[in-house]
Amino acid sequence: MIKLEGVSKTYGAGPTAVHALKNIDLEVPKGAIHGVIGLSGAGKSTLIRCVNLLERPTEGHVIVDGQDLTQQDSEALRQSRHQLGMIFQHFNLLASRTVFDNVALPLELMGVSKGEIRERVTPLLDLTGLTDKATQYPAQLSGGQKQRVAIARALASRPKVLLCDEATSALDPQTTASILELLQDINRKLGLTILLITHEMEVVKSICHRVGLISDGELVEEADVGDFFTAPATRLGRDFLNAFLELEPPQALVERLEETPGKHTHPVVRLAFSGANVATPLISRLARDSGVDVSILQAKVESIQGRTLGLMIAELIGTPETTSQALKQLESHNINVEVLGHVQRNA
Amino acid sequence: MSSAMLELILEATLDTLYMVALSGAVSAVIGIPLGVLLYVTRPGQILAQPVAQRVLGVVTNIGRSIPFIILMVAIIPFTRFIVGSSIGTNAAIVPLIIAAIPFVARLVEGALNEISPGLIEAAQAMGATPLQIITKVLLPEAKGGIINGLTITVVTLVSYSAMAGAVGGGGLGDLGIRYGYNRFEPLIMLITVAILVVMVQGFQSLGDRLVRKADHK
Repeated sequence: MIKLEGVSKTYGAGPTAVHALKNIDLEVPKGAIHGVIGLSGAGKSTLIRCVNLLERPTEGHVIVDGQDLTQQDSEALRQSRHQLGMIFQHFNLLASRTVFDNVALPLELMGVSKGEIRERVTPLLDLTGLTDKATQYPAQLSGGQKQRVAIARALASRPKVLLCDEATSALDPQTTASILELLQDINRKLGLTILLITHEMEVVKSICHRVGLISDGELVEEADVGDFFTAPATRLGRDFLNAFLELEPPQALVERLEETPGKHTHPVVRLAFSGANVATPLISRLARDSGVDVSILQAKVESIQGRTLGLMIAELIGTPETTSQALKQLESHNINVEVLGHVQRNA
Repeated sequence: MSSAMLELILEATLDTLYMVALSGAVSAVIGIPLGVLLYVTRPGQILAQPVAQRVLGVVTNIGRSIPFIILMVAIIPFTRFIVGSSIGTNAAIVPLIIAAIPFVARLVEGALNEISPGLIEAAQAMGATPLQIITKVLLPEAKGGIINGLTITVVTLVSYSAMAGAVGGGGLGDLGIRYGYNRFEPLIMLITVAILVVMVQGFQSLGDRLVRKADHK
């Protein structure tokens, strides 16, 4: 449904040029919820603005539903934009219009008749739970209600794609959850394709099917959400995940971690189990079979997109032979093993 | 006070109201679009025309920097061309309009400046044309600010119109100078000033009420 081909965006020219996006390839299939996560300044906002050409890419193609938007003239682009709803971090509602009239705005712009506007806006207010707010002004609404109005407005033109630019970043956790639920609901009911950018792992975890990680204008990693949460491929991905899960080894241990194994060291490992493995008593089996003692420092079970994910930080206590045997055994069970470092025995 | 005097005061009041109303209306009709133009042609804006914007800005500033009393005299040929005479109430209205247009334009531009750029972006994302952005987003969202600007303009026009006597325009300011000052009748001076004060208060509170009605913030 959305396809970015070699999209680059450069501001300025020469040695002072800023390369906000570098050769981005991205494909979002119909009906998917695709998240792009990154730190601020990574290029997320530029990326999503390039999809509806609020920012024109310096290079590359943006193809939505088979139409190459970068090749369209301004009139055709305006028509195409009716296919692309967008919501924003700060809602961007018109203070001078009531809730109803805000939702009606895109239809007015399209020249839809008054009667039809009423017919189309009413069910949208219903869908977003705003029926009793129709005559109120945005100033009278809470942040979550404002975002609901923005969502209803974005849906008014019956788009095929919804672009969400940090849509929950200005909301508290409860409101975020209810907005995410609404987005998921819309995705299911209307089959809408959603591309969202965020810096919150919670958003990715709750509703995304796939996730891309953007860093310094480059898409450095892309994976199904379950895979990403089990085994991020990049350092940045791991940092995001660990910060989100608050799964870091204790500080006292971190200070003692050495990068290379010594004669009398034990590996400290981060293990990620998924699927059936979570329910299997692998650790006790490991201790029995390989003869290593497993000291569990931290453990956590998360449910992500219907998949259960177990995460653990543990120290494997044994001889170099038995611990390497244990690591092999873990890997043979499809457990993602990351060796964080080594600690001296009896320290 | 003689009835002739009262009649003079009444006539002067009506002259002032006439000058202010007509010049206010015409300068709004021309000044609002000009203010919108100053805003939308800025670099990076929806109808960016940086060179034209610059020129327009300079012209507007020149208009605003000429003292009214000098403007009034300087454009006498133009005034004569427009209203057929260089003296009288109508002759005073022409310079009032010329002075108020750039004033209104800058205030409108300032009101538009208060609109979050996010709203324009949202409208663009909906596929709005530049004209639709102006009529459906910019003007309605800036309505309160624009009414506020027009109120300031009208109040300024009340005080400018006091100088209309210089071209035989009549009005309260003229009456105050001729009778109150030149003939030394303090009562007349006091009455004209009092009427002007009431008039300004009236315009201001009317404006404030309209702003409150327009704003849903």
